[in-house]
Amino acid sequence: MGKKVAIIGVGMSKFGELWDKSLAEISLEAGMYAIFDAQVRGKDIDGLIIGNMSAGRFTGQEHLGAQAADWGGLGNLPAYSVEAACASGGAAVRQAYMAILSGEHDIMLVLGTEKMSDVNQSMAMETISVASDWEWEGMFGATFPALYAFMARRHMMEYGTTEEQMSMVTVKNHKNAVHNPWAQFQRPVPLEVVMNSGLLADPIRVLHSSPISDGAAGLVMCSVERAKEFTDTPVYIESSRQAGDTLALHDRADICTMGAVVSSSRSALKETGLAIKDIDVFELHDSFTISEIIITEDIGIVKKGEGGKAIEEGLTEIDGKFPVNASGGLKARGHPIGATGVAQIVELALQLRGDAEKRQVDGVEKAMSVNIGGTGATSIVHILGR
Amino acid sequence: MVGIIGYGVYIPRYRIKTEKIAAVWGEDGEKLAKGLGVFEKSVPGPDEDVATISVEAARNAVKRAQIDPTNIGAIYVGSESHPYAVKPTGTMVSEAIGCSPHITCADFEFACKAGTAAIQVCMGLVKSKMIKIGLAIGSDTAQGRPGDALEYSAAAGGVAILVGNKNVVATIEHTSSFTTDTPDFWRREGQAFPSHGARFTGEPAYFRHVGEGARALFKTTNTTVDDYDYFVFHSPNGKFPVAMGRQLGVPKEKLEDSLVVRQIGNTYSGSAMMGLANVLDIADPGSKIFMVAYGSGAGSDSFAIRVEDEIVKRRGEVPTVQDYIERKTYINYATYAKYRRKFKALG
Amino acid sequence: MAEKGVAQLWRKIKAIYTIQGDHCTTCDTYYFPPRVVCPQCRRKGQLEKYTFKGLGKIHTFAIVRQAPDTFKRQIPYIVAQVELDEGARLTAQIVNCDIEDVHIDMRVRSCFRKITEYGESGIIIYGYKFEPTMKVTGHE
Repeated sequence: MGKKVAIIGVGMSKFGELWDKSLAEISLEAGMYAIFDAQVRGKDIDGLIIGNMSAGRFTGQEHLGAQAADWGGLGNLPAYSVEAACASGGAAVRQAYMAILSGEHDIMLVLGTEKMSDVNQSMAMETISVASDWEWEGMFGATFPALYAFMARRHMMEYGTTEEQMSMVTVKNHKNAVHNPWAQFQRPVPLEVVMNSGLLADPIRVLHSSPISDGAAGLVMCSVERAKEFTDTPVYIESSRQAGDTLALHDRADICTMGAVVSSSRSALKETGLAIKDIDVFELHDSFTISEIIITEDIGIVKKGEGGKAIEEGLTEIDGKFPVNASGGLKARGHPIGATGVAQIVELALQLRGDAEKRQVDGVEKAMSVNIGGTGATSIVHILGR
Repeated sequence: MVGIIGYGVYIPRYRIKTEKIAAVWGEDGEKLAKGLGVFEKSVPGPDEDVATISVEAARNAVKRAQIDPTNIGAIYVGSESHPYAVKPTGTMVSEAIGCSPHITCADFEFACKAGTAAIQVCMGLVKSKMIKIGLAIGSDTAQGRPGDALEYSAAAGGVAILVGNKNVVATIEHTSSFTTDTPDFWRREGQAFPSHGARFTGEPAYFRHVGEGARALFKTTNTTVDDYDYFVFHSPNGKFPVAMGRQLGVPKEKLEDSLVVRQIGNTYSGSAMMGLANVLDIADPGSKIFMVAYGSGAGSDSFAIRVEDEIVKRRGEVPTVQDYIERKTYINYATYAKYRRKFKALG
Repeated sequence: MAEKGVAQLWRKIKAIYTIQGDHCTTCDTYYFPPRVVCPQCRRKGQLEKYTFKGLGKIHTFAIVRQAPDTFKRQIPYIVAQVELDEGARLTAQIVNCDIEDVHIDMRVRSCFRKITEYGESGIIIYGYKFEPTMKVTGHE
């Protein structure tokens, strides 16, 4: 129980279609902001971990650890990337968490990055679908939106979830993103626009889906003991838990629930001794709005099947009882795949520090992120406190 | 005696009406359809080709014959639209219907009669006891150059025939062929569409070869038109087989059941065989069928067939030609062009 | 080294042409796609090759309107999770069915179609799709 590892600096690049910047440039931007924020010197950092899903396919470049360390002038420190599809960012945070807890590393730079706009739509869709079981799902025509449509359709049938409720998640997250300077879409979107947006894979519409984005996020993490050397407002990771599930969605008995989210969130709450009602703000993985609804249920904010009602009743609004995605979430902040898990932690750190400006939730003591990979084959949950 | 121990067909679900094609080229669709005797034609879906059509037909044939596919000793697929120029369609069919690897296999091409040539080869192998059962397939996704006369009839479909000598549903009593070098229709290597000799395809080509083939078979079997209940002639359109029947003195009603070309167009390598399958779907045991397939280039294969009692037991489990004809969805010319890859820009 | 897709397809031709998976005789569970070990019994499991009958019902589905180029000619198309009668579930396209007519629990049977191809000169990948059962197939 209690503080495990400290976060002493956070940084973000703008999320969006960053035509004039390369993968290395956006990674560096986020990393340098995090280092400035932490007020550490480059030479204090003794390790670098990058969360990235598919730079090899999106840009043709792998070996991102060496590239970032080289470009950042960080010398010959150990640097490498980790991959867990859309949970790559969360996995990077968790890697650093374990490395610091073990005593092997002292101060680490964690980056999450993805540059998706350098390929055409066909290639982007193919690359995203390798996060599912490509040989048995993607190759047979199940695009990534189609897999989430599978879940949405069952959820609608079994629990009466509606298209309107899925659309309300979009409206909420866009409304929150208005006040997030890094968000890809800093603009509200009316419900009827969402409801009438083009269909991607019925019943999922374009505006139920997170966009194709470029972006990077960074954290400087260190041991709890050394945190106060650098900042007066460190925040702490109190639990980092991960669980898995079948790679292919068709191998799961119940596709309306993500077993990995249930077990990783339960286990994180247990480790911290907290109940879900003790968490003041959430960053939940809304790659599609149906996943925010499902995760709301799976972590216990509401009972299974009531996620649609939760959004309708305003439970997850920024001023609701369980504020979800004050940042705008993946939907409106953008979803540069490998960056997302790190960006979630950046947002929660700002909320805990009281630095979230106009999207600040009052009196945040505890915060939770849920970062999933694929269709829920990986779930990484972090609980943060002050 | 050697004969058909099972057969199966497959016709893709999409149809385009003759008048829809005619409208694109400024022709009088109604008049054209009547003159040609083709009112609509089948169109393969974007994910269908000769391999998929052959597999569906072959699976139906195996189901009807109730045989273990590992007893099949030869597969020959006749087509002029094999998906690969080099790599036999039969290899995909063999694997997909569960044959043993100890099998002989090759692709055939003889314009519209490659499928019946495959039947003859299978007959020889069965008769000589080299194999127990042979699978002969005639299957095509025929190409018609946009705007060409052939575009109105070039259709898609396939027929699979299992040739053996046990539990025969229709005995093949006799077969003969007639072959010459007659360039009425051809496609050069690497060309996307075939070319043809226009009116030359009629008298010196189709009518001569089908006619000679028919007369030769009558002669060797010492039979006349009266000895047969059903006639099947290759049907490049609805007009030619009817004219052929008239020349040979075949009563209209004996030809009628083979004229599926009117609703599905010319299925090329599957054309005469599709007419035969439609007859086999309805013929009473003891009926006699006279079939002449024709392939441009040119040649004809003639068959005298007797329907056996066994056939009655093999009906009802497998879709008939009429079932497939009735299962249809009309598409417009743009969708047809998209499915048939006529948009170059789409790649 | 092999040309794109060649070996990757070839090694699983039986599975995707004929829906061949596994049956674990220890726990009497049917698996598709094929497994290397029974995920339930692990070392106690006994996997035997099993060819599915190819009949099942739609568990859930989507109508795809945006897809990679290889599916462009088919858009909009139906993709579904099909629950096979033996118990396993797989992901496949539903063909010979209008998008308005598809529904959860619809009876379907497997058919043989082109899945994808590696360009105009590359190999063609064939395999299973599903279609509504036809009245004469005795499958209803």
